[in-house]
Amino acid sequence: MIKLTVNGQAHQLDLDPNTPLLWVIRDHVGLTGTKYGCGMAQCGACTLYLNGAPVRSCSTPLAAAAGGRITTIEGLDNAAGKAVRKAWAELDVVQCGFCQSGQIMSAAALLTQNPSPTDADIEVAMAGNICRCATYARIRTAIKQAAAGLA
Amino acid sequence: MKNDRIENLSRRGFLKQGLTLGAGLTLGLHLPVAAKGLQAGPGIAGGDERAAGTFEPNAFVRIGTDDSVTVIVKHLEMGQGTYTGLPTLVAEELDARWDQIRAEGAPADARRYNNLFWGQTQGTGGSTAIANSWEQLRQAGAVAREMLVEAAARRWQVEASRIQVRAGVLSHPGGKRATFGELAEAAAALPVPEEVLLKDPTEFRLIGNPNLRRKDSAGKLDGSALFTQDVKLPGMLTAVVAHAPRFGAKLKSFDKSPAQAIPGVKQVVQIPTGVAVLAEDFWSAKLGRDALAPSVRWDETEAFKLGSDEILTRYRALAAQPGTPARKAGDPEQASAAADKMIEAEFVVPFLAHAAMEPLNCVIAPAGEGVRVLNGEQFQTADQAAVAGVLGLKPEQVNIDMLFAGGSFGRRANPKSDYVVEAAEIFKAAGGKLPVKLQWTREDDTRGGWYRPLYLHRLRAGLDQQGDPLFWEHRIVGQSIISGTAFEQALIADGVDHTSVEGASNLPYRIPNLRVDLHSPKLGIPVLWWRSVGSTHTAFAVECMIDALAVAAGRDPVDYRLGLLAGQPRQQGVLKLAAAKAGWGENPGPGRGRGVAVHKSSNSYVAQVVDVTVRGDAFSVDRVVIAVDCGIAVNPEVIKAQMEGGMGFGLSAALGDALTLKEGYVEQSNFHDYQVLRSNRMPQVEVHIMPSTERPTGVGEPATPVIAPALANALAAATGRRLYRLPLKLA
Ligand code: FES
Ligand code: FES
Repeated sequence: MIKLTVNGQAHQLDLDPNTPLLWVIRDHVGLTGTKYGCGMAQCGACTLYLNGAPVRSCSTPLAAAAGGRITTIEGLDNAAGKAVRKAWAELDVVQCGFCQSGQIMSAAALLTQNPSPTDADIEVAMAGNICRCATYARIRTAIKQAAAGLA
Repeated sequence: MKNDRIENLSRRGFLKQGLTLGAGLTLGLHLPVAAKGLQAGPGIAGGDERAAGTFEPNAFVRIGTDDSVTVIVKHLEMGQGTYTGLPTLVAEELDARWDQIRAEGAPADARRYNNLFWGQTQGTGGSTAIANSWEQLRQAGAVAREMLVEAAARRWQVEASRIQVRAGVLSHPGGKRATFGELAEAAAALPVPEEVLLKDPTEFRLIGNPNLRRKDSAGKLDGSALFTQDVKLPGMLTAVVAHAPRFGAKLKSFDKSPAQAIPGVKQVVQIPTGVAVLAEDFWSAKLGRDALAPSVRWDETEAFKLGSDEILTRYRALAAQPGTPARKAGDPEQASAAADKMIEAEFVVPFLAHAAMEPLNCVIAPAGEGVRVLNGEQFQTADQAAVAGVLGLKPEQVNIDMLFAGGSFGRRANPKSDYVVEAAEIFKAAGGKLPVKLQWTREDDTRGGWYRPLYLHRLRAGLDQQGDPLFWEHRIVGQSIISGTAFEQALIADGVDHTSVEGASNLPYRIPNLRVDLHSPKLGIPVLWWRSVGSTHTAFAVECMIDALAVAAGRDPVDYRLGLLAGQPRQQGVLKLAAAKAGWGENPGPGRGRGVAVHKSSNSYVAQVVDVTVRGDAFSVDRVVIAVDCGIAVNPEVIKAQMEGGMGFGLSAALGDALTLKEGYVEQSNFHDYQVLRSNRMPQVEVHIMPSTERPTGVGEPATPVIAPALANALAAATGRRLYRLPLKLA
């Protein structure tokens, strides 16, 4: 049995410890906002927080999260998360939306750490999140707007 | 306008209530996050129970006593904004409040929800969603409005003509007021008017309004939006498939036992496209597939074994021979003898995968006598028939829930229904009793075929002494997308696949001697349309060539084009607008270059001006200024987003995407080697929309083909070198 706390709720999982956290969360915990896009830490669609830090859950084995505290898009409710969602909605960032859980998790993590990021900070923080709809320009604007909202 | 397509479903429903409504189509579907998703989510129209008193004057509008207005959207939301754009048309004529509007996906029923540009076929593509719905949905809204007005007139005993409707409220100068919800029940009992008047565009309040936010945002910001990947049904098994290593290979044998040894694996079944491993969850199925794969033997005698380079060599040989004519004017051969200057170039574009963010998937579940398909469904009529064929059902026994698609770019609308058929085959082979979710891995998705074809173009053009083009010979070599599909009759004429030459055969530039011809070699690689289809390659060849001619003539590339576009005011319009906004004519500075291109596709016109900075063999794309003429701009913000994203999608292919073959094996597999655009290379983008009174045309695709030539032209301006091969590399 491996214990996890997901969005504040305790879970006990009787699974192979090598199972990627992504599939634990999606198929066993039952939260599907975290997406599968590549399975090899290339696209960022599966980004969630493990003990507060963003990780690519597709490439994080369950064992590495044992006893840990996980936040998914469904549980993101800190100030940065709220500011990011507000800016995303105001600027109509989403298109197909499939990458956006990951984009929002990465953006909110950046703003939690660094409430007034420079363009270079944004570039580094977001480089791992692919958006095939190419919403990148709006994401950049939205991150700045969210930062202004937090200030 | 004659109202000939619309019947009063709520009246019919009212009469037959208890017999049909709610009974046949609600099949105990369990969707974990559906409750929220339904706000703007999956297609449950026609299936769920209606609250008493619901007013449903036609197949597209439902008004509840709670004052909600639900618009039934017949086109897939894959990012391009149908769940916002189509409701805007209804809401405008209905005079509804934007915040009372909800969007809901339509069921599969081509009689009611066909694409009006495609005959009796339901599907989404060609950037036609708004264009084909333009009258239909405004009419649907106007009918509902008129019936609400009539209901109010009867209740208040006043003249209908004196009733005003504004932002979801009906009012009479005498002081009476009522909401839609308060009148819904009464309106539902009225006859549907035969004819309704549509607004004059000067009266539009919602169409053209930049302040309407997207209807599909909320669920995409908190993870509740339902994609096919997220569907979980009781007893559902997830399938991962061992596919052939090369196209055309046939399954010889396999050993089930290594897969069966994986905990969670329930079944291992043979299907026409390989071997499927079904398990309780994705990861077990994937482990099972990986364990199985080494045991699978393939007969590769018939398999496709060429590499991209060999294909190119063959295409080059073909390009030396005349092809099937697609357009001819004057006598280019004779004119070539008289030319003062000649330019010749060979253009090459590679195979491309669509690589949508959501790897392909499809759910099929038993449902009464038939099945229910849950899918980011782009081509209902074809997929219904294909699934019915596999399962021995009638098409109408195949119900489809159209879920959100995590992108598509054409991939989910396949006339051959490839992955949907694969899901049906697995469902059948597994016994047909349990719901099955087919989930392709990213590697399956990259290597699964149905690519934008590799194309080779040869262009030869000559100038007269004034520098004006005297002749233009354009030869195109590449696989036909349409050949062998149900679209042959509509899209192949005189041996020419329209989608292979569009953008080239309708060259807008005035050139007296002209020939465009085509070779459509057959090749064992499955191909498909990819965002903007033929224009993905024709615009590149044409717009790079015309730019090279302008420079050879010593003329400004914008002025040169404008002169050759006499009589093409919309092409000229966007070109001038983009040039003016970008500051065309100013010196961009040392090491920098500015390039331009203009192109018509999906009946819309797009011009782009691109600024680049070159440092050695590297370059950055600094800014792209886009001008678009898409007729009346229904949702300016959605249009801008599609211009930005459509350009970005094209930029991805201009900078990096390329799918290559070696001995028939696809060399790429995932995003580490199929390198798509990332945030760091996305330029600053500006979009300008031409004011227009023309009917609306497409916006999802037309920005995509323009960026590659504009960028190549900018690089040529900066370096003096012309690049005729995608992706663009200076090194
Ligand atoms: S799915 Fe984890 S990074 Fe792509
Ligand atoms: S919004 Fe579609 S992939 Fe990002």
